[in-house]
Amino acid sequence: MTIEVNGQTFETDEEGYLTNREDWSEDVASEMARQDNCELSDAHWEVINFLREYYDEYQIAPAVRVLTKAIGKKLGADKGNSKYLYELYPYGPAKQACKYAGLPKPTGCV
Amino acid sequence: MSKMLHTVNKSPFEHSALETCLRYARQGSSVLLIEDAVYAAARDTAVAQAVQEALKRVQLYALAPDVEARGMQNRVLDGVRLVDYEGFVDLVVEHNAVQAWL
Amino acid sequence: MEEEAGAGGKVKKFLYVNRKAPYGTIYALESLEVVLIGAAFEQDVSLAFIGDGVYQLTKGQDTKALGVKNFSPAFRALDDYDVNKLYVDEASLRARGLSAEDLLVPVEVVSTERMAEIMEGQDVVLSF
Repeated sequence: MTIEVNGQTFETDEEGYLTNREDWSEDVASEMARQDNCELSDAHWEVINFLREYYDEYQIAPAVRVLTKAIGKKLGADKGNSKYLYELYPYGPAKQACKYAGLPKPTGCV
Repeated sequence: MSKMLHTVNKSPFEHSALETCLRYARQGSSVLLIEDAVYAAARDTAVAQAVQEALKRVQLYALAPDVEARGMQNRVLDGVRLVDYEGFVDLVVEHNAVQAWL
Repeated sequence: MEEEAGAGGKVKKFLYVNRKAPYGTIYALESLEVVLIGAAFEQDVSLAFIGDGVYQLTKGQDTKALGVKNFSPAFRALDDYDVNKLYVDEASLRARGLSAEDLLVPVEVVSTERMAEIMEGQDVVLSF
């Protein structure tokens, strides 16, 4: 599979996760979201940026439970809970946001 | 130009490849440590003494990318020379035969 | 041991035994992946590092020139996964000229005898 952004074509796996992390840009994220009928708000970006920083630091895409807890620690309890994150990312906060962040599918997600 | 280059790729703590190699490596030949064998190039280990003994007879090299990947870059024994991939190729060219101790 | 797991089952004690150096073989990375996946099941997880397995935790790993992924930073995320019992065999460290200060996460350095005791006390032991 591929995704086309601004005339450039990038390779993805069969679920739409970028094959090469270096291909990521904010435009790639927005295009992925558009294809899911989702428009990225500041709140969405906050989670995407958090995930990118987490990956830079630990080299893993965190499982949803870990993401929820870690967001709570960094951004506060009003954001570090399932309800808030699932409202932003109904397909699963870790799964969907990791895709938009250009990361691999979180370890442990089937 | 009649010496042999020996390569070893197994950890000296888990396999006997290095020990056997050093037993057969003749005076003036070279031993290149790659992959998990680079742990043999570290200071203060249980095999360091045997490696230092060997250094009196043979020249030891360790492949730098493998050393760095394993975080051993600041622990390499004096006398062991680090080589990059090009250096690996040069060693192969400089020796008349290569024996890989797998 | 008596605590109920989230999924309704009994919490079991899992020990992952790591015996291989990183990068030379795939075992170390595979073990870490299983640990991260297994953590989702909220069991009582411990990690043991013996033999060359202690090398998985060394500081300063830099795989740029080797061209493979450096997975050692993930050990620092284990705490987020509620995996915080890491046991390292003292004799294995010593034979490799290493001490706890050379490792990238806090660990409990234990004797071989204590390690054997820890192994005995598990419900499930997975060795890599």
